[in-house]
Amino acid sequence: MKKLIATILVGSVLSVGVIADDWDDDNPAIFFSEDGADMWLEPQGPNEVSLEECDLGLGAGVVEGAYAQLPRYFEDTGKVMDLEARLVHCMVTLQGRDADEITAHPYSLSGETGTEIEALSTWIAEQSLDMPIQPPQDHDAEKAAYTLGEKLFYYRAGTHDFGCSTCHRQSNTRIRLQELANLTTADGAGAAYGSYPAYRVTQGVVRSMGWRMRDCARQQRLPEMQLGSEASVALQVYMAVNADGAPMTAPTMKR
Amino acid sequence: MAGRMRIRAKMSEEGVVDVKALMRHPMETGQRKDAEGNPIPAHFITEVVAMLGDRELVRAHWGASISQNPTLAFRFTGANEGDQIDFSYVDNKGEKGSGTVKIKAG
Repeated sequence: MKKLIATILVGSVLSVGVIADDWDDDNPAIFFSEDGADMWLEPQGPNEVSLEECDLGLGAGVVEGAYAQLPRYFEDTGKVMDLEARLVHCMVTLQGRDADEITAHPYSLSGETGTEIEALSTWIAEQSLDMPIQPPQDHDAEKAAYTLGEKLFYYRAGTHDFGCSTCHRQSNTRIRLQELANLTTADGAGAAYGSYPAYRVTQGVVRSMGWRMRDCARQQRLPEMQLGSEASVALQVYMAVNADGAPMTAPTMKR
Repeated sequence: MAGRMRIRAKMSEEGVVDVKALMRHPMETGQRKDAEGNPIPAHFITEVVAMLGDRELVRAHWGASISQNPTLAFRFTGANEGDQIDFSYVDNKGEKGSGTVKIKAG
């Protein structure tokens, strides 16, 4: 995977001298979004196929608006899936790649400057910009995911007896100078869920909602949250449903 | 991945050009360590130059304290709509990047 990123990015270096456009933002997420757009079209894996036929919930190849309607139930896997789980699914089924290989290193580590999942998440989420967050709650599995997500949200565990709710069930709170969103309210959940993926200035890369779930679990001293796991997806469903149609603002820039 | 730039140059009614250049660069200080504990070598832009034809608008000397994916922004007068501004930078490894923009009214 690293070699592939190097290849794509070398291509970008050869085309230096980007002509200006009317972009008005200092957000470096735009570079990740551009990379993501390229990666979507790049034939990869043993099948030498791109991700263009990937079904993100609105039909094969439909990217516009897809992120705002995730996570959702997928007939072909029988599971409620978030964007990242769905991307891995497409990489495996369409491109013939190895799931373990992809999920072994999905997010940038210290000193790294972007992974495939991060770039794809940025571009795909951007195609839902300004659209209302509306993950479907029609299928029983989708409703069950919300119930599970709510349960996990309030579940205190680990060495520090720590749950999501410990930080995120009250309004107007902060940790040091970092504001904490109240994820039980539409405003809080909407602002939080809608603003990911986000370029984190302190990390120099775009971080996705899947990463955020993993990092919250890390901060709670809980076992590592796996990409696309039932727990990760359920918590995302909980937030997205609570957002109650708030607009997507991603990719944003955060500290 | 280094070398990419997004540049914007907008001229106000009073003739003040507002320029913003966003550069893709790791700007590694040399002080950090990776996940295995190995030091990550320094890799940062050392000089950025913005030219309007022969006129040097800005020559910035940068170091490790400039953040990753940095933005350089400045304002100047004495140009016309449609004029071209050329950016170039060099980093401590000798790698270069460049970009160009035409001034627009805005």
